[in-house]
Amino acid sequence: MTTRDTAAGSAAPPGWGRRLELLADRKFRYLLIVPTVFLLLSVTVFPAIYTLIVSFQDITLMAEDRSFHGLMNYQRLLEDSRFWWSLVHTVGFLLAALALQFVLGLLMALLFVEWMPGRQVFITLLVLPTVISPIVAGSAWRIMYEHQYGPISQIIGWLAELDNPVLWTADPTFVYPAILLAEVWQWTPFMFLLLLAALVNVDKSQVESAEIDGSTYWRTFWYIVFPAIRPVVAVALLIRSLDLFRVFDKVWILTQGGPGTMTELISIYIYKVGFQQFQTSYAAAMTFVVIILLTAVVVLALRRMGVSP
Amino acid sequence: MSGTTPSRAAGPAGFAGRKPWWQRDRTRRMAGRLIAVAFLLLFFLFPIYWLFVISIKTPDEIYSSPPVWIPDGFHLDAYIALFEDGDVQAIWNSLLVASVSTVLALLFGTMCAYSLARYRTGGIHLGLWIISQRMIPPIAIVFPVFLLYVMVGWVDTYRGLIVLYTTFNVPYVIWMMRGYILDIPLELEQSALVDGCNHWQVFVKVVFPMVRSGLFATAVFTFIFAWNDFVFALIVTRDAVTTFPVQITHYFGAQSTFWSKISAMSVLGTLPVMIAVGLLQRFLVRGMTMGAIKG
Repeated sequence: MTTRDTAAGSAAPPGWGRRLELLADRKFRYLLIVPTVFLLLSVTVFPAIYTLIVSFQDITLMAEDRSFHGLMNYQRLLEDSRFWWSLVHTVGFLLAALALQFVLGLLMALLFVEWMPGRQVFITLLVLPTVISPIVAGSAWRIMYEHQYGPISQIIGWLAELDNPVLWTADPTFVYPAILLAEVWQWTPFMFLLLLAALVNVDKSQVESAEIDGSTYWRTFWYIVFPAIRPVVAVALLIRSLDLFRVFDKVWILTQGGPGTMTELISIYIYKVGFQQFQTSYAAAMTFVVIILLTAVVVLALRRMGVSP
Repeated sequence: MSGTTPSRAAGPAGFAGRKPWWQRDRTRRMAGRLIAVAFLLLFFLFPIYWLFVISIKTPDEIYSSPPVWIPDGFHLDAYIALFEDGDVQAIWNSLLVASVSTVLALLFGTMCAYSLARYRTGGIHLGLWIISQRMIPPIAIVFPVFLLYVMVGWVDTYRGLIVLYTTFNVPYVIWMMRGYILDIPLELEQSALVDGCNHWQVFVKVVFPMVRSGLFATAVFTFIFAWNDFVFALIVTRDAVTTFPVQITHYFGAQSTFWSKISAMSVLGTLPVMIAVGLLQRFLVRGMTMGAIKG
């Protein structure tokens, strides 16, 4: 190998040497990754280490005390019920949204698997909510939920006589359905698109022979189609879970975590502590705990994405 | 999407010998499916329609109960107000920051992806480490970055936001471009080397043209991620480089909410993305799943 390295240059020997030569230029391959590694080290790794250090101190807006306090912030975290509730909110929201998006997305995909007039145009139109900015989506739903001039109150008004208009994003009973609807609205098309891509690739001959053997639609789906699309389902669910864990923008614009702290997700709580109450060190500690909690999930996700086709 | 041909074949075959009434059954089934599609389109498009239509309504039409479902005419007052009050600066900021960071992320990312794909630099560990940077919640990334930016005085600057978006998108570009590079045959690069190109020339003259369409698709997605972002911009900007999603949130006031401006700004912020989706249909699935599903 070492002799090959010195020989690496413009004049490449013919035959078996070519592949080796291509793989052998060490300087070139490291030059290529220098900018990326530099960026990632300075903008993610260095700040992460700095955050860890800050989390052992007690920095707030009022007092920039640089002395170390050991695990003080972490101890406070353990006793902070608001933090644990925000985790519960996040996981509950994640599971509910994920289930709804998956079921609705799958039904939509099944609807679109076969040909119909205008199929491609409909698919493109249905995907639109997914690509618009979450802030735009959140604004759209805030206007929809407007209790005086919003269309939803009007439609409810047609169906039922109500004494008072429902304040969708401020009423403890309706706030979760409201933010879930907005979330499901925006991300179901993503599920739909992925599952449709998987369904279209399912081996048709197996499905047909099952139908000829008299299998019902759902039996065929469960025993033949579903096993075939399972890798895609796994990837889709993992991508959505990771995204749902970090939801901030849409819920922020709809409720800002309210009423009270009812819809305070973990991202929202960290934001409030770090950037509204300026308890820098405490926010740093929470950030670190979240990173550690998520690492396990991410590792799992990566393994999945690595092995899937 | 692999076109309509395979799915057209998805219908049960060999029904030709069945009784005539079946023909009617099939039509009925199609009609049922189309009705379902109509409901879906209504559900998924109405909020977008509603947001858009607010921007061309008169104030009387916006604040009317019952709501005005279809406005009388086009009133561009909201857009004129955006221009007169200088709020379009936010669109310009978004455009500048998203474009520059996209170009940088593509440049650095493609280089790194080539190294990973063809030389297996750093083995699987470097690749996994890079992509894991993308999966951490933005709030966890941006909090440390904010502390760093306060230290170096980069808060509320273009360079601060550009560097942040570039860093956040580079892992995505690497993962996508690695896949596209692995799709092209190694022989081309080998023969270019034999013909006397050096490594940089192979990269620029052979690899770049071959991955052009993948590069374009990745660029559009990278641009959309930066364009749509709210969390990063919210935290590292104040007012000088406010992007359009942050600007929208400024219109939600405690006393009054500027619906027409929210709406008009949203339209301006959504049009580029809609155009992009029209261009990108073929790449949507692969692009949205970091290449895990090739569609």
